[in-house]
Amino acid sequence: MIRFNGICKNFGATRALDNFSLEIGRGLVYGLIGPNGAGKTTAMSILATLLLPDAGTATVDGLDVVEEAEKVRGIIGYMPDFFGVYDGLRATEYLEFFAAAHHIPAHRRPGLAKTLLELVNLPDKADVYVDSLSRGMKQRLALARCLVHDPKVLILDEPASGLDPRARAEMKEIIRHLKHLGKTVLISSHILPELAEICDAVAIMEKGRLVVAGTVAEITAVSRGARQMRVAVLDRAGELAGFLATRPGVSETLADGQEVRFLFDGNQAEQAALLQAMVSGGWPVVEFAEIRRNLEEAFMAVTAEGVEDHGGN
Amino acid sequence: MAEINPVLLKELRQRFRTGKTAWLLALYLLVIGAFVLGFMYLSWRGSPGIFQPDRSRSLFIMLSVTQLVLLGFVVPGLTAGVISGERERQTLNVLLTTRLTPRQIVWSKLVSSCAFVVLLVTATLPLYSIVFMYGGIAPGQVLGVFGFYLVTIFLFGCIGVACSSFFKRTGVSTVTAYGLAFALAAGTGFLAVFLHEMNRLQARGGISPETWHPAFLAWVVEFLQDINPVFVLMQILLGENGIPTGVNFGLPGWAVYTLVYLAAGVLLQHWSARLLLPGKRRWRNP
Ligand SMILES: Nc1ncnc2c1ncn2[C@@H]1O[C@H](COP(=O)(O)OP(=O)(O)OP(=O)(O)O)[C@@H](O)[C@H]1O
Ligand SMILES: [Mg+2]
Repeated sequence: MIRFNGICKNFGATRALDNFSLEIGRGLVYGLIGPNGAGKTTAMSILATLLLPDAGTATVDGLDVVEEAEKVRGIIGYMPDFFGVYDGLRATEYLEFFAAAHHIPAHRRPGLAKTLLELVNLPDKADVYVDSLSRGMKQRLALARCLVHDPKVLILDEPASGLDPRARAEMKEIIRHLKHLGKTVLISSHILPELAEICDAVAIMEKGRLVVAGTVAEITAVSRGARQMRVAVLDRAGELAGFLATRPGVSETLADGQEVRFLFDGNQAEQAALLQAMVSGGWPVVEFAEIRRNLEEAFMAVTAEGVEDHGGN
Repeated sequence: MAEINPVLLKELRQRFRTGKTAWLLALYLLVIGAFVLGFMYLSWRGSPGIFQPDRSRSLFIMLSVTQLVLLGFVVPGLTAGVISGERERQTLNVLLTTRLTPRQIVWSKLVSSCAFVVLLVTATLPLYSIVFMYGGIAPGQVLGVFGFYLVTIFLFGCIGVACSSFFKRTGVSTVTAYGLAFALAAGTGFLAVFLHEMNRLQARGGISPETWHPAFLAWVVEFLQDINPVFVLMQILLGENGIPTGVNFGLPGWAVYTLVYLAAGVLLQHWSARLLLPGKRRWRNP
């Protein structure tokens, strides 16, 4: 449904996206995780036809976001990470305005606004001025706004940020409901446990690159016995990654600096044998351990080098 | 499209809902009314009892010039925030992901602001009726002045929208829009007068050797005064050119003014819309 293909995007000297590729199937709720400045907002803006990629292509439902931007806008609902609302407009008028902006015929708009306000639990705010709504209500109204044209794809950039726990739970409920309606949802968040609950799959990105992608189960490596392992060596990490890739039960090796991470499908004895092989192969192994038990740990482990970079928005 | 553009509808709704709008209208009428009444009072004091037609003519001129000056203040101020304001409020990127095209956005922003200014100008019509009461003014002249206002409002509006699209901040955009409006209103006039004087000096042999071709210079002077709002307004009011250049474009000054600025305005709007396209935007929150 959504496909990034080798997307690069630079802002001056900053590499916001570096050969970023990802494919997201129809009807999935897909989480995009990464530390501040990883490029989540940039990737989403490109999908939302607000930014042009420097290289690579991205498609939504087979439509190119650059060449067929107008059609893409017709099938996506986009909620930015930061957004404002207009002064002097009531909630209903606000939704009707966006319905009109999406070419929804006038006679359908009042009913639509009412339905959407009910969907996001704001039916009693229909006649309230939008600028007087609380932050959480604005957030829900914005979600309703994304839905005016019944888009197939929703792109939600940190929809739960700034919400209290109850509002977050409600937001999750709404997103689940949207999944039942058959929508594909791409959602970014830094509240990881929550993503784990509602997402079918997640992608972890860092410094503009995709680090891992897969179902939450795959990523946390609790299913099918595959565990995420980490080996720290003094040097020759790249070579080691090549070596590991040839070993049975090892997949998705990734060398990064002085360490190699990989998925390992094997029991304790096989793990010991693997360590033996590395040591006798002459690699100066400093550490060899299993990492991540949950998504949060996975995130921390995968993006450990990036956490000092707080240069987000 | 049979239906009113949604942005236009929204802008009008927002505009006419705030108290600010009523205040601006009241203030506008107050300033112009004060000028007219003050002027009438001074004339009456000079020769009590009668109000002569030539006085009513100068009242008309004063009223029209005051209105032009006020438009120079109001229009850039109203339009210089229409895009940058959305950018600052972080509502623009959402607007750009709808089916509205940048062109629709900039035009409906322009039209909604201009509609309000036209309302302001229309509200001053009763003041013009005072002038009519005393005679000395042809209805055609009033019509001409209002046509002139429409073109001027359009031009200043396009300048404001363009600044608003180009600059990230409304503050910078507003200052620039005023600067440009002032440059057009005063700059072209001063330049015309200056070049005209230079040409006369040249003709009298005051400057040698001749640096500029006199016919070319006269052409430039004529063009400058034809695109200068004050000169053109005077030409409509008095029926004669401010600076006699002897150059004839085959069109009256107001026609040159209208054609040049309608074209310039359309080009500016085109440029503003382009600035909103992805890849052309220079800002984080587009
Ligand atoms: N308009 C811009 N100009 C300059 N640099 C930018 C711009 N937009 C993004 N960047 C840079 O691109 C990188 C990726 O930013 P992006 O906003 O996509 O990250 P993010 O993953 O959304 O972060 P966060 O979690 O803080 O929202 C950052 O280093 C950021 O500084
Ligand atoms: Mg972000």
